[in-house]
Amino acid sequence: MITFGIVVFPGSNCDHDAFHAASDVLGQHAEYLWHKDRDLKGADVVILPGGFAHGDYLRTGAIARFSPIMPAVMEFARRGGPVLGICNGFQVLLEAGLLPGAMLRNRDLRYHCEHVIVRVEHNDTPFTLTAARGQRLRLPIAHGEGNYFADAETVAELEATRRVIFRYCDERGDVTDAANPNGALNNIAGICNEARNVVGLMPHPERACEGVLGSADGRVMFESVVRALAHEGVVRTA
Amino acid sequence: MKARVFVTLKPSVFDPQGKTIEDALHSLGYAGVGDVRQGKFFELDVAAATAEQAKALAAEVADKVLANPVIESYRVEVEQP
Repeated sequence: MITFGIVVFPGSNCDHDAFHAASDVLGQHAEYLWHKDRDLKGADVVILPGGFAHGDYLRTGAIARFSPIMPAVMEFARRGGPVLGICNGFQVLLEAGLLPGAMLRNRDLRYHCEHVIVRVEHNDTPFTLTAARGQRLRLPIAHGEGNYFADAETVAELEATRRVIFRYCDERGDVTDAANPNGALNNIAGICNEARNVVGLMPHPERACEGVLGSADGRVMFESVVRALAHEGVVRTA
Repeated sequence: MKARVFVTLKPSVFDPQGKTIEDALHSLGYAGVGDVRQGKFFELDVAAATAEQAKALAAEVADKVLANPVIESYRVEVEQP
């Protein structure tokens, strides 16, 4: 059994969903990590959940990135530990510099709360290992600032190094502007770092792990990391 | 000493809020208003002996926290006592 460490910031609101997915659905162990904690309680994988950390004041994720827990998360990531940022957690990873780029307001200025389809672009990350390349996942989104932006050079590098992991697409898997809910560059829904152990995405896989919730497509991301850790061994912080 | 920090989106970054305000102004008949860009304004009380020190301190916090260099730039002004 592996331990999921789920960071709780003031204003996180998908922490319980992530905990439920990891423990009740996947049958793994889960621990909450308060933002003022300084150690990861033996977590084998760290999730930064969705929500509105610190009320999204200043910029999304801008205050959360300076939380006392973050140095431990960054050290864990540096040592190769799998880190997943979901929605607001993705925004925190961007602000912390663990992933490149930034989020702008959705191009239509509207908060989008709906199901979208994303295409798995690469499965050589701990969170997409058991997914197939090109597999379409139907996942919910709920955000006002998911319009991924980075300068042209950074986007070109992300593409060249195969670090765009999820792209918004239509039912057929075609990446179209109509399928892009927020205006994100190149329909980017999720990316990974250079070492591929840190993944961030705007959609919510943790809210799509059971059929009763409308989709179980997100489950593959949790199963992937369980498999990845079984294969590669467990990364622990000191 | 008071320092003022103005944070704006870089010119290369699309500003959907500014564009919406611009459209609203045009629909109100303000044809003379061109491009609108929305930004943030911070007023900081800083403990510093000189205006230079106050400006340096404000610039440091702007760099680290107030602005995100990926999308934003900033300008600092210090009110002379």
